[in-house]
Amino acid sequence: MAKLLVIFFGGVLLNNFILSRFLGICPFIGISQQVETAAGMSVAVIFVMGLASVVTWFFRHMILVPLGLEYLQTIAFILIIAALVQLVEMVIQKTSPTLYQALGIYLPLITTNCAVLGVTLLNVSENYNLLEAAVNGVAGASGFALAILLFAAIRERMELSEIPEALKGFPIALITAGLMSMAFLGFAGFRLEALFGVM
Amino acid sequence: MAVAQAVLVLGLTGAVFGVVLAVAAKKFHVEQDPRQGEIVQLLPGANCGACGFPGCSGLAASIVAGDAPCNACPVSGNEVASKIASIMGVELAPESEKKVARVFCQGDREKCELRYVYDGLRQCKAQHMIAGGAKSCVYGCLGLGSCVDACKFDAIHMGPLGLPIVDEARCTSCGMCVEACPRGIIQLVPMSQQVTVLCRSKARGAEVRKTCKIGCIGCGICQKACPKDAITLQDNLAVINWEKCDGCGICVEKCPTKCIVRRDNAVIIDEAASAS
Repeated sequence: MAKLLVIFFGGVLLNNFILSRFLGICPFIGISQQVETAAGMSVAVIFVMGLASVVTWFFRHMILVPLGLEYLQTIAFILIIAALVQLVEMVIQKTSPTLYQALGIYLPLITTNCAVLGVTLLNVSENYNLLEAAVNGVAGASGFALAILLFAAIRERMELSEIPEALKGFPIALITAGLMSMAFLGFAGFRLEALFGVM
Repeated sequence: MAVAQAVLVLGLTGAVFGVVLAVAAKKFHVEQDPRQGEIVQLLPGANCGACGFPGCSGLAASIVAGDAPCNACPVSGNEVASKIASIMGVELAPESEKKVARVFCQGDREKCELRYVYDGLRQCKAQHMIAGGAKSCVYGCLGLGSCVDACKFDAIHMGPLGLPIVDEARCTSCGMCVEACPRGIIQLVPMSQQVTVLCRSKARGAEVRKTCKIGCIGCGICQKACPKDAITLQDNLAVINWEKCDGCGICVEKCPTKCIVRRDNAVIIDEAASAS
């Protein structure tokens, strides 16, 4: 249990996918103009990253490892994630129109998001078991959600601020992202293992 | 051997996913009304959101579902509405009249004084947040031109005395300026409605007299004078019911502060031309 907590808070704060690992930057910059759309994207990412972690874990341990084909994992995971997201989108559209309204437009955007592929490969390199992999997926996506929501709120405020002409739009957004990343590096000093009593 | 195995595994995986997706596409297929696509083709495609639905395709879906009328798109004219109506196989409801944006304030720099010198960001929203704006009337136009910036059709210009002027010929009644105004001074009004109460002040008469030379003091003279009972007093402010008003103009003559105004469309267009 304590180890799961370490993985979760590590994923959200210490190894934040956007601000420390620099994965999933495209939606971070692209879909962060409004808090509302950022929230929609966040929920979709949490959903897909959690699901992808579980499915790729099964695929790796039931097909790739027995056949000694671990070196194929990157390309195989891309295939799985793309197919999975498509399938989930179709199922949601049929079964729950409301959820489709909320998630639908964001789902196709994350088929090839590097954060999703990143979390599955990290699960492998960290040697996580199924439960740990699932927690890591949700934690990584929650960190993504935290970063993009904070960033979107800051950008909404910046819309109403006086910004030098040359810095308007993306330049100031990138500078802000850099400052946020530095702020998040402050968490790097935390020793979660000591905090939760796992050594 | 290893290569063959790798190709086989990935190829098979891909094939399985392909089949699964194909089956799912059939099984989870959602019927889409072909009329929806036709209506999307007719709509402007700007996704401006003025209709209140999420983009043009959202409006098309609502029209097909019967949740929105055929003329729900405020930007495209009656021609498009009648084409949509023919796709839907219904008669178009009585022709909806074109609406235009009107500025419900006449308190320009000469008629309404300033309480403080504002030196901040040139946006109405920003000034509105600082003690209710610099104007002595907290309901009046701040005159920083956020509506001018919001207009995508170049139909609003700032007049010489710090009040925006709408070019009614260019106005598409999209409502962007209505949203941009933090005071709610701009409203969409039927184009033929020429008599309007150009004030939004809900303050009591005595207070209005102190702050603005041309505001509505809520005296009720217009209410008594109107032969059609089209004017009512709501929160110390005269409001005209456009459905009852026939534009006779008696109230314009009776109003002691001259805040009820008759404006001919021609005059408004001239004003806009001279302002630009």
